[in-house]
Amino acid sequence: MRARTIVLAVAVAVGGALQLPVEYSPVGAAKADEFTKADLDRWAAEFEAVATEGRRLWTSPELGTNGVACGQCHPNGANTHPETYPKFQKQAGRVVAIWEMVNWCIRNPLEGKALAADDPKMIAIQAYLAKERRGVKLEPGKH
Amino acid sequence: MTNRRDFLQSAGLAALAGAVPLTYVRLAFAKPEQDFNFAYISDSHIQHIKGTQFVRNWDRGLIRAVAETNLLDPKPDFVIYGGDLAQLGTKEELDHGAELLSKLKYKTYMAMGEHDYYLDLGEYWSKLFGKHWYSFDHKGVHFVVLNSILTFDDWTFKRWPTAKQRMAEMAGIDNPNGSPFMVGAKQREWLKNDLAKVAKSTPIVVVSHSPLQKIYKGWNFWTEDAEEMQALLKPFDSVNVLYGHVHQIQYNQIGSIAFNSAMATAWPWPYPATYAQVDSHLPVLTVPMNRADPFFERDATGWQFINLHSGRNDLHYNLYNNQSRVIAFNPKTGRPEDMKFQDASARIEPQTHY
Repeated sequence: MRARTIVLAVAVAVGGALQLPVEYSPVGAAKADEFTKADLDRWAAEFEAVATEGRRLWTSPELGTNGVACGQCHPNGANTHPETYPKFQKQAGRVVAIWEMVNWCIRNPLEGKALAADDPKMIAIQAYLAKERRGVKLEPGKH
Repeated sequence: MTNRRDFLQSAGLAALAGAVPLTYVRLAFAKPEQDFNFAYISDSHIQHIKGTQFVRNWDRGLIRAVAETNLLDPKPDFVIYGGDLAQLGTKEELDHGAELLSKLKYKTYMAMGEHDYYLDLGEYWSKLFGKHWYSFDHKGVHFVVLNSILTFDDWTFKRWPTAKQRMAEMAGIDNPNGSPFMVGAKQREWLKNDLAKVAKSTPIVVVSHSPLQKIYKGWNFWTEDAEEMQALLKPFDSVNVLYGHVHQIQYNQIGSIAFNSAMATAWPWPYPATYAQVDSHLPVLTVPMNRADPFFERDATGWQFINLHSGRNDLHYNLYNNQSRVIAFNPKTGRPEDMKFQDASARIEPQTHY
């Protein structure tokens, strides 16, 4: 019983590290099934804002050091195939996620510094790629 | 066909295959002594960083094309540069590109690309290379070099607060603020007069940065006055359009007009059909280039060696990291065809694009 309490406490601490906004905190929040059209619109708008930032980064030289932008080779994010990740990449010798491939391009053609997996810029780039590829069926592992 | 094989052997291209990334064009005539060859290099996108620094990757593509063109045997009669020497049209980029091209041992004819043009409307390019459009004759063939990346005057002269912004807006091919390419009424009138002096049986080669076809407007794989241009060209028995811009292998036949695109020396582009949010179509004849692998820095880039014979182009694509390709005019079917991959059963897995 005592052990279980400690586990719970740890879980709360981890939750705290995510720094959830007050409105999502379990204390005094709405029930899980209480969301409205207005909530859906707001969540969609949040996604759109991040994807728009991703498009800005995709076409900007700021991720690298030599002026080259991702969009120079990948108009509309084409030839990135986000629906095929994770997949085996022969040069890496293992299965990789798409953010690792984004970093490969940032380091090589863009001659820039790799981003952390949870860097808001990396999230934005993935949101943009997924948006440009919406409607295409998931085919993880495909080459 | 025998002539072509003989030529390939004598040119020693078998030895160079896989090592030489150029597009080599051959035009052949009834009399073999009238056949000749030229090389075609395009889309180097020399990009200035600062001071004396340029993007190494793009520099290497052009340096390699120039070096390999200089090694050709037999020697080409001349070289055509198909446009987009620079990335943002600056003096630094055009000067650096001109310096790299100056190593060529052959007369070089230059065509304008949008990346050369939209900063100063081709003024500095003109100082280095001359007229924006012109024609010349070579061994019985009439060559026309166009500036086919013009657009509506309103966009060029009124839309943008600065020349730098105008250049940047046109530089992104998927930028919705861009504007469709065109040859324009003034140049079409010039072409009409130019062609009036040419016999209908004279083979014509048209060098154009934009495709003179309507392929996909969203990426400006497009020429707004394509129909008017094709109408001016179709009375001639044998017309060959060579275009750049698309950074990929495309070919097509419309009436008497054969179309062939050039590979870039800088980087490859996806085929428009791979963009899932729109419908688009390649010319149905085209067997695509391979899907590029970014781990090979020069993959899906290269240059062309062209044989002109019987008034038609055979393009030898010399691809830095792929098997070389030959797209030759087949007189039996009256259209350009890939010498190895045209049949659906001959295609290879890397040519699948999605």
